[in-house]
Amino acid sequence: MSAHLVIAPLIAPFVAGVLLLALRDLTMPVRRRLAVLAVLVQIGIASALLVAVSGGDILVYRLGDWPAPWGIVLVADRLAAWLVLITTLLALFAVIHAGDGLDRRGRHFHVLFQMQLFGLAGAFLTGDLFNLFVFFEILLIASYGLLLHGGGPERVRAGLHYVVINLLGSIVFLFAAGLIYASLGSLNLADLAARAAAVPPENLGLARTGGLLLLAVFALKAALLPLFLWLPAAYAHTAAPMAALFAIMTKVGAYAILRVATLLFGDTAGALANLFTPWLLPLALATLAFGMLGALAAQNLRRLAAWLVVASIGTLLTAFALGTAGIAAGLYYLPHGTFAAALLFLLAEAIARRRPASADFFMPDHDLPRHALWGGLYFVAAVAIVGLPPLSGFIGKFLLLRAAPDHPVVWVFILLAALAGMIALARAGSRLLFRTSSLEPAGIPATAGGPDHLRDEPPDPPTGPRELTAILGLLGLILALTVAAGPAVDFTQAAALQLADPAAYIAAVLGGTP
Amino acid sequence: MEALLALVIGVLTGCGVYLVLRARSFPVVLGLTLLSYAVNLFLFASGRLVIGQPPVIGAATSYTDPLPQALVLTAIVIGFAMTAFVIMLSLRARAELGNDHVDGRSDT
Repeated sequence: MSAHLVIAPLIAPFVAGVLLLALRDLTMPVRRRLAVLAVLVQIGIASALLVAVSGGDILVYRLGDWPAPWGIVLVADRLAAWLVLITTLLALFAVIHAGDGLDRRGRHFHVLFQMQLFGLAGAFLTGDLFNLFVFFEILLIASYGLLLHGGGPERVRAGLHYVVINLLGSIVFLFAAGLIYASLGSLNLADLAARAAAVPPENLGLARTGGLLLLAVFALKAALLPLFLWLPAAYAHTAAPMAALFAIMTKVGAYAILRVATLLFGDTAGALANLFTPWLLPLALATLAFGMLGALAAQNLRRLAAWLVVASIGTLLTAFALGTAGIAAGLYYLPHGTFAAALLFLLAEAIARRRPASADFFMPDHDLPRHALWGGLYFVAAVAIVGLPPLSGFIGKFLLLRAAPDHPVVWVFILLAALAGMIALARAGSRLLFRTSSLEPAGIPATAGGPDHLRDEPPDPPTGPRELTAILGLLGLILALTVAAGPAVDFTQAAALQLADPAAYIAAVLGGTP
Repeated sequence: MEALLALVIGVLTGCGVYLVLRARSFPVVLGLTLLSYAVNLFLFASGRLVIGQPPVIGAATSYTDPLPQALVLTAIVIGFAMTAFVIMLSLRARAELGNDHVDGRSDT
């Protein structure tokens, strides 16, 4: 079993997806339980993988036992295992929340969900540039289905933009992969890293072009400025559990940037060294600023949450641009930002369900039932996402700032962004929770216009305990990340040190046949 | 031959980019198709152009690189599926939004 541990995170969701497709005649409660069970199994596998790599081993799985670089490899190091675990934990609460009625709105919801997890795990574990493209396509085509799940004009409009822009991204990815292959003669990441230092001078221009095109593609997936405009509409109009799961999708782009920047274009890459460095920090800071401006301008909670996802990717890539200490801080901040964004999407849906007339728009409406509960949850989520003490967001940002002692610009941006986020969330909270009105609400003004003012569909009435389970579960993950900050930071620092030394990765993949 | 292939890829890419920037969903889909043709040819050329040689090392004095051919095959399959999907989505958008503008708004 342990020999196949690296491929298990791919096999489990794939088998579960195929099973759910074959068993589509079972009743929905049974399929839901199967889906939750499948995600629980994946959490177990991901935890086992994390334990297996936590000692610093880099596990390599050669498909068909072909030696690299000729065969296809899967590689699990600390970074990949960390992200697979985060994905599966997030997926558990997304799938629980989806059991609240969303999965009845179309066939094959759970199949697509498992395929999405398959693509995500593959993208994190692959050791091959072209397979990264293939897994991107798998996770994207599943995400197209999930994004559009439930239908409605607004969702289709946002979905069309999302699909077209991601297809363009895929085409640019292929151009980039072709350029990299043409100039360096390989597609295996470790082999590329070994060859990057010795790129022939006549191919240097091609290799640089390919590398920067790769950065553009990953920036599109990560929603980095100026390629983030697809995100707010797509995330604000999709169903809440899907928006929660998609909080990890932008992190796939961030992961790919980090992997390629440290492995291919690290310090040892000769003429190609630090190819991304001049771009990353300015773009990340600008993304952070724009995300917060968007959050200040948002008119409803879901769009506010979507802009905060943009800001969180800005924070994350700022951290990744700050060297090893920054990468360690970013890897600690990554799960926090993901879980907090997912939490806010689920809360927005919960509040919208309890305000039938004005949904999650910032206008007076009747008081929420059990307003102390929802107000309290909103308060805790807002504290988490802005990064106030005592929750993990504060620890992540504190580590980030400590990693940037000689970058006053980073301090200014991070602190001002936190202030802007606090203002946006305080304004949203007071309008949604405090300014209640006993009058019949006016409803959404038709004159206000703009696509934001049309709801996709009337919100579902509040239902069973699944919603609260998912919200409290995500909150529990954030609390766990706070309580276990010591071990988690030790782990992310070890992961960052592992990334700083690509020689070990190259040796593990290329060295020695099995 | 290099010049001809480069010209074809360039023209296809140019037309594709132009069409993708159109406001109606049908030209956008056509543009995506042209771009995927361009990228397939581009990938094919990334192994360098060799005429009349087998894709096997040692069978002749020189050989053509087999890897780009495998990549192109994968890219064609994925591109085909994606084109089918985006056509269905455009039709759905046409039905839901009442027009084929990519932003879903009628003519102004």
